[in-house]
Amino acid sequence: MGDARLERIFRSLHRIRRVEEEIARVYPTDAIKSPIHLSIGQEAVSVGLCEALRPEDAAFGSYRSHALYLAKGGDLRAMIAELYGKVGGCARGKGGSMHLVDAAHGVFGASAVVGTTIPHAVGYAYAVKLRREPRVVASVFGDGAVDEGVFYESINFAALKQLPVLFVCENNGYAIHTHQRLRQHVPDACARARALGIPAERIDDGDVLRIVERAAELVRALRAGEGPRFLECLTYRLKEHVGPGEDWHLGYRDRAEAEPWLRRDPVSTLAEAVGDDARRRIEAEVAAEVADAFAWAERSPFPAPDELLRHVFREPAA
Amino acid sequence: MSERTGSYVDALREAVDQEMARDPAVVCFGLDVDDPKAIQGTTRGLAEKYGSERVFGTPLAEDAMTGVAIGMALAGLRPIHVHIRMDFLLLAMNQLVNIAAKASYMYGGQVHLPLVVRSMIGKSWGQGAQHSQGLYPLFMQVPGLKVAAPTNPHDAKGCLVAAIRDDNPVMMVEHRLLYPHRGPLPEAPYEVAPGRARVAAPGADVTLVGVSHALIDCLRARRHLEEVGVSAEVIDPIWLAPLDLDAIAESAARTGRLVAVDNGWIPCGAGAEIVAGVAERLGGARDLRVARLGFAPTPCPPTPALEKLFYPDPRSIAAAAFDLVEGRATGWMPDERPDDAELEFRGPF
Repeated sequence: MGDARLERIFRSLHRIRRVEEEIARVYPTDAIKSPIHLSIGQEAVSVGLCEALRPEDAAFGSYRSHALYLAKGGDLRAMIAELYGKVGGCARGKGGSMHLVDAAHGVFGASAVVGTTIPHAVGYAYAVKLRREPRVVASVFGDGAVDEGVFYESINFAALKQLPVLFVCENNGYAIHTHQRLRQHVPDACARARALGIPAERIDDGDVLRIVERAAELVRALRAGEGPRFLECLTYRLKEHVGPGEDWHLGYRDRAEAEPWLRRDPVSTLAEAVGDDARRRIEAEVAAEVADAFAWAERSPFPAPDELLRHVFREPAA
Repeated sequence: MSERTGSYVDALREAVDQEMARDPAVVCFGLDVDDPKAIQGTTRGLAEKYGSERVFGTPLAEDAMTGVAIGMALAGLRPIHVHIRMDFLLLAMNQLVNIAAKASYMYGGQVHLPLVVRSMIGKSWGQGAQHSQGLYPLFMQVPGLKVAAPTNPHDAKGCLVAAIRDDNPVMMVEHRLLYPHRGPLPEAPYEVAPGRARVAAPGADVTLVGVSHALIDCLRARRHLEEVGVSAEVIDPIWLAPLDLDAIAESAARTGRLVAVDNGWIPCGAGAEIVAGVAERLGGARDLRVARLGFAPTPCPPTPALEKLFYPDPRSIAAAAFDLVEGRATGWMPDERPDDAELEFRGPF
């Protein structure tokens, strides 16, 4: 892998980490008055996936989508303004952290209700295939979504119609605070995908470069018209389910569980891989960009009262 | 030249056919849309004409297929998702209520969803508790959805054409007993635009508003009322969301009496919305007497002995209207007429 590519991957990982650390830092000031679900610890999945996607490809995520939104190219200023409830937000302050969207960059709206966007990715892929477009679609969801009925219905249809959609199960082990082994008799998402006829594979160590490599190969298969693929990436959420803090005190999980993930944290390992000069340069650039985005969100006005009733239906073109 | 006529089934089929010919983005799917029965004929021939990529049967997966329709719409298609019975929409409520209705707003106007959901309400031949429900109030209650419930072939075609061309999600509420009804059916495509009610029959003494197939029963009730010298105006709302309350209020302001007949249960129903909306508009400017009719407060029983008691019928509607006009419980009930009911369908389905 060339230096430029390594630096790009490091930049994306570090940028997402810094944005979310800044969100966590600001959160206690109540500048952000809505729920946030941080991806800290899980960035490698979105970054590795999006390294394989082109700008014209589409991605559908979950309520924990800050990483996917940013990795896919979603606008940072608009994201922070959305969290601040400002009219400059990606959804004009009417979506919030759980409903990030940047259609121009192929980030389609996320949903709070688990599993809900999986069929959207499938339907989008149906349209892509119908129109013989060379695009692909990614559907990113957690292990909780694999509990939901819509997961099976969706991947069955994708397999039936051999649609160009990559299903990515970002498995952090928990649906809120309940572990996968307490929810699934056979805790194996790949087996479920294979049972419905979709080739599936698992990456169990969160190695971003492996995710990059495998996602590229799976996306190649999609572009070659070989039908849907399924990639399960084990990962680990370092913050609480919702909110900026840690939650070891709750006792539903042991801090020791996090140790291996902290030791091989891709943000740190990639920082070493790119070398000190590149790291310092990228860190400085990201710091400036993050500071700019938060300042821009601060300056952006709140929506005017007439925004309340706008956009319930499509507005006529001005 | 005599006016062209056709059935409600012809109207639905022709609307989709013409829009699919006009716009390659239109696709039509749902369980059995391409089977030999073709959703009672409403999708007949479309798969052959437009191919199995644009017209196709689906797995029995209402939840995901509704989400698939949303994904298609996000990608610029104009999907029509067909359900043989409205009862199955309960399996799709997350997608319909949490996404279809909210996407435009919740995503700040970045996306829009040109999506049509067709579904059919059953009645007669023992449809029972889960093939008979008029669940449209659930959709009327949610901002972001439009709901059409046309009652004749002309409006069925025009509403469906308008729904397909609309850039927002539209629920098409169809009633199984309306399918064989025949009436004027212009050949060239046209829209019956959202939010405009129609006076189905003029009158001076009482306003009857019938939702979906209840409109037909209101027209029959009007004949019973004529026999006792009561002139009933019958309003067809056509669209339930947006609902043309102004037109209904205008009629009620003249008659001072309003009977809302629902094709569903009374509490929180379309009739409740109609009565409340009219009362707000008249606001003491006019003395107003109101009545609501709808399903009995039970699941729908399949046995004919109870099923006939479950629904309002022309006689019970006429009796309620007559009492409003008289201003008291008269106990009057008209005799049955042979044309009080169309030939309801025979089974098995």
